[in-house]
Amino acid sequence: MSTSLLKTDARTKKRNAAEARFKAYGLGAIIVAMFALVILLTSVLGNGLSSFKQTFIALEVELPEDKLDKSGVRDLAVMSKVTTIGYAPILRNALLATLAEQGIETELSNKEISNMISKEAAATVRNRVLGNPDLVGQTVRFDVLASGRIDGFFKGRVTMESAALDNNTSPEALEIAQALADAGIMQTKFNWNFFVWPDASDQRPEAAGIGVAILGSLYMMLVVLCLALPIGVASSIYLEEFAPKNRWTDIIEVNISNLAAVPSIVFGILGLAIFINFMEFNQSSPLVGGLVLTLMTLPTIIISTRAALKSVPPSIRDAALGVGASKMQSVFHHVLPLAAPGILTGTIIGLAQALGETAPLLLIGMVAFVREYPAAFTPESGLFGEASTALPVQVYNWTQRADPGFVERASGAIITLLVFLLIMNAVAIYLRRRFERRW
Amino acid sequence: MEDMIQMDRTMSTQQDIKIEAKGVQVYYADNHAIKDVDVNIADKTVTAFIGPSGCGKSTFLRCLNRMNDTIDICRVEGKILLDGEDIYDPKVDPVQLRAKVGMVFQKPNPFPKSIYDNVAYGPKIHGLARNKADLDEIVEQSLRKAALWNEVKDRLNAPGTGMSGGQQQRLCIARAIATAPEVLLMDEPCSALDPIATAQVEELIDELRQSFSVVIVTHSMQQAARVSQKTAFFHLGNLVEFDDTDKIFTNPQDPRTESYISGRIG
Repeated sequence: MSTSLLKTDARTKKRNAAEARFKAYGLGAIIVAMFALVILLTSVLGNGLSSFKQTFIALEVELPEDKLDKSGVRDLAVMSKVTTIGYAPILRNALLATLAEQGIETELSNKEISNMISKEAAATVRNRVLGNPDLVGQTVRFDVLASGRIDGFFKGRVTMESAALDNNTSPEALEIAQALADAGIMQTKFNWNFFVWPDASDQRPEAAGIGVAILGSLYMMLVVLCLALPIGVASSIYLEEFAPKNRWTDIIEVNISNLAAVPSIVFGILGLAIFINFMEFNQSSPLVGGLVLTLMTLPTIIISTRAALKSVPPSIRDAALGVGASKMQSVFHHVLPLAAPGILTGTIIGLAQALGETAPLLLIGMVAFVREYPAAFTPESGLFGEASTALPVQVYNWTQRADPGFVERASGAIITLLVFLLIMNAVAIYLRRRFERRW
Repeated sequence: MEDMIQMDRTMSTQQDIKIEAKGVQVYYADNHAIKDVDVNIADKTVTAFIGPSGCGKSTFLRCLNRMNDTIDICRVEGKILLDGEDIYDPKVDPVQLRAKVGMVFQKPNPFPKSIYDNVAYGPKIHGLARNKADLDEIVEQSLRKAALWNEVKDRLNAPGTGMSGGQQQRLCIARAIATAPEVLLMDEPCSALDPIATAQVEELIDELRQSFSVVIVTHSMQQAARVSQKTAFFHLGNLVEFDDTDKIFTNPQDPRTESYISGRIG
């Protein structure tokens, strides 16, 4: 009697069970990955979103002539002798005046009142005054930064309990801050300056921004794009289309694959030895950073370009050669346009990888504290030769600092970096979809 | 007087014989793929290469416009003369040769561009058209010769890859004849086509014979019998027999040819 189809035999059951198990493993792996992603995003967003907001105090500041301009004729040479330390009491007096006006009683010392205002604020006011000396003698409205502790209080980082143990602030100061906030004088609002300001010193996380880092990263990406794309694409075209297939090209191919797997810090050591010690380019400059990242990105671009060229069917090359196109015409008229989406995707992925790279940049000195925006070109230091920093290095830098305000800054920089990476990947996907052709 | 006769004779040989292959040997690395083939291909005739798979007929066809150059391990010896000139002479640029000796491949392979651009590409790179009107004319004539004009004249900007297989193959033929070649090589041009498309292409081959010398590789003996005037039978890299098509199919001289066309080997 033959077996019934309505009854599953033992062997089939076993096979079905194996298939079900395999599906479960796959699903499990995806769940773990999604879970990790959710945790990462929650932690980064939770810590970092607050860095895009900042607490400001709206102060009517009296700018007394006898303190700020002893010359009385707005002579800049004399006025600039008053340092930021000279401006601090003016701001403190303005805050005290505001408190009195609002009827807020306080027993805090002058120093404690000063501590509520960011140390950066005095410098901001001084720059405004030196930029426009006519302001002296007037009462001018300034939106000055609150100190990191006060800012942290409105973001939930600083509490009454932690303030009681803190030398830099006190529960009383927080109460005053709350009263000022209730009066609408102290406000926490969106802070564009985070994307514009340079890094700030250890005591003033509230004034730190990623402006220099973004600019440095941008310069480096320009260097990488201008060097890695043409060199990478040209070498892939040569290797894939023109080079004879022999032992030498095999060796080159194996070595390119190996280079793609070399730890990035090794490229940093190479860059230090060649570009800084031997060629004597400036340390910490986007030029050297860009060159190092170019070396790192080249294998990625070459490998993806070769894969894209390989995926163009040989019948297209035959067709072009068959009507009498030269090798170069067949490559540039037919093969390259068909491979372009793949090449673009590979290039953008390579750039995204370079944008997030930290280790090699530490070795070439990009970890330095930089407050000046690097110029793209200066006669002394050349193209992209001025000291700069980069986004991932800025993150690394900030996570090293003691003040908890910098943790929030670092997470904010990570969010910015992730947004840039997302945009780049989205562009890669869009370009691939847009230019993809079927044959 | 003698000179004139001499000249006359060369003239007439040139008219009669388009391609002359002498002692052609082809090696793929160590594999001896074509063994000492001599063949004369006449002008304005259709010559068919038949033979079992792997007998070297496609390899030999690809020697005639040096498409084998693109294969690194391939080596060709012997002489192939086109109008009396050795095409393997170091002075010959294969690009110029391929403009004279066009090729149609086994699988239709139009460029992923418009129908117009497919046909116009060859004339463009060879500078055959002085202006747009010239180019339009060449495209129209080529498509007409390939019996495709009436089907595509209203959609010249449609992609060439969007047509049916038979239309694509005729587009490839139009593309090949747009460069005004003197010889047209066809490597199993109907193997991917249905019987109706095959009939159209065969009819086309017969018409093309008026203007070019056509060399066609085919697996189908019926096709060889239908379209060709001359037939060459290849077996294991040797040219076994080369004669008028009628003779090959009715009265083959070599027992191997007879076995093949009667279906005993192959």
